[in-house]
Amino acid sequence: MGALREESAQRGIEDRIDAAWVWDRIAKAVIFIGGISAIVFVISIFIFVAKEGLGFALFDLDKSQFFGSPAWRPTSEPEPQFGALALMAGTASVTGFAMLIAVPFSLGSAIYISEFATGRKREYLKILVELLAAIPSVVWGFIGLTIMNPLIIQVFNVPVGLTILNAGVILGLMAAPIMTTIAEDALKAVPDGYREAAEAMGATRWQVIRWVVLPSAKKGLVAAILLGVGRGFGETMAVLMASGHAINLPTSPFDSVRALTATIASELGETARGSEHYKALFTLGILLFLVTFTINLLADILVRGRKGKKA
Amino acid sequence: MSVKQHQITSFEAQPLDLKNRRNERLVRFFLGWVTMLLILPVLLILGVLIYKGSPALSWAFFTEMPRDGMTAGGILPALIGTLWLVGVALTAAVPLGIAAAIYLSEYAPDNMLTRIINLAIINLAGVPSIVHALFGLGAFVIFLKPLTGGTCILAASLTLAIMTLPVVIVSTRESLQAVPRQFREACWSLGATRWQTIRKVVLPNSISGILTGVIIQVSMTVGETAPIMYTGAVTYVAFLPESFTDETMALSLHLYNLAFVMQDVPESLPFGVALALVGVVLTLNSASIAFRMHLRGKKKW
Repeated sequence: MGALREESAQRGIEDRIDAAWVWDRIAKAVIFIGGISAIVFVISIFIFVAKEGLGFALFDLDKSQFFGSPAWRPTSEPEPQFGALALMAGTASVTGFAMLIAVPFSLGSAIYISEFATGRKREYLKILVELLAAIPSVVWGFIGLTIMNPLIIQVFNVPVGLTILNAGVILGLMAAPIMTTIAEDALKAVPDGYREAAEAMGATRWQVIRWVVLPSAKKGLVAAILLGVGRGFGETMAVLMASGHAINLPTSPFDSVRALTATIASELGETARGSEHYKALFTLGILLFLVTFTINLLADILVRGRKGKKA
Repeated sequence: MSVKQHQITSFEAQPLDLKNRRNERLVRFFLGWVTMLLILPVLLILGVLIYKGSPALSWAFFTEMPRDGMTAGGILPALIGTLWLVGVALTAAVPLGIAAAIYLSEYAPDNMLTRIINLAIINLAGVPSIVHALFGLGAFVIFLKPLTGGTCILAASLTLAIMTLPVVIVSTRESLQAVPRQFREACWSLGATRWQTIRKVVLPNSISGILTGVIIQVSMTVGETAPIMYTGAVTYVAFLPESFTDETMALSLHLYNLAFVMQDVPESLPFGVALALVGVVLTLNSASIAFRMHLRGKKKW
């Protein structure tokens, strides 16, 4: 490019400055602004959430209470308590339970769809999985509330059905289609030459998957799991409606819990702007932002590492 | 496959071959069931939604205002409100998303800035919806209050727009990159500027791919609840929204209120809303998929 431009300059051929040239420059500038908009938004999300919560989190919040105490009593007088341990445990237990379901099911389906299913069957399965991923989270919460709840009470003979089990299953069903899609992409990215080489040596399809495809797609699969964890971690409406929403350090899957996201969603409406409670909710927001940011960053590094190695 | 060939060339299948083949069949059967088990419960759930929700659906359900403290009547204001939210969100997100995609596909060099943009897009998609809600509250409701006047359709829609921006960017970028490079080179060689090439050659050839992405974005916007709860959507307003500075009801929030917040709502009502919501979302997504498959069959290159 540079050499060409120099040559043109020597020969006296310059860009003609006409309307098309001007429009080209304007378009380039506008499009560049659009291009960096995602960066601007991520930074402003952090700034605006931090603006309301960071000062409180750094100076007024008792950190050992926040991370060590299960007592979340933001409105108690005279001394409100902001212990987020139970909320973190709630989020962790529901997400963990969801992953117990979603990881085997999504990896299994991804392998089946990508390696075993062929032709129409594969197309239909992919479409079904894509449609499952589209069901809104408030509908999932509603399903947990009205279908899973009585089912759990009946099957396990427990008094309350809005539990870790309920929210975990709902969240697992929600996260699995997305994880399946990402895992399938990772499997598809393994070059066919690898498979053909193994088959030429007489390996059965399962041997090819077990010893060739899975090891080379390992990082992409881990990224899929990570993104699933991130999704479960940040899920709000479904967890709010299906988990029972009780502040509780859980000891069994039949305990009700309350998640970090659900706490913000349910309490934000009751707080006065600028109050300690309000700032504490934004502090939870900062925590959520930082954790999901880290998870996404890790997943990105894993996927990029995979691409880098192949190039 | 290899085993078959052994038989044809009159090699005997060894015990090891038989064992391997048995293993493969077992795994295939097992994984097939895993896939079924992933899909079946959801189909069952959809069945229950249709069974319990369809009695509530009627013409009046979609065209009447709620009555008796929202325990009876229709969902008209929620439906209109959702249309408003989606409309305003699209107006904001689609041009911006397309610009970002054009930058990444047509202009961006392979450098640090591009890496950071891509990382930002992934993060924007990964930030929890309730954090988007906090951002919307802080930025559009409080900080930009002179512009928006507090909680209103505009604030809620902008929050939704930012949240769904990655969907438009990613799908648009994909369809732009699917346009063969030769198309651009042919255009450049005729002396067209970069922008002329994009406008006259690249965009027309990828417009249908962009549309499928927009449809997916609409479906996502329809279903989101948390981001609009504190930015513009409210439990009940007696009027239909008239401008984007009004507060509004929304389908998704309506379902949340009927099912979770309010007491003594007859069961068929939330089931009806849930069915309507799922119906809209799945129809949009099916349309997008059908559109995409139609395109794949029609592609000229």
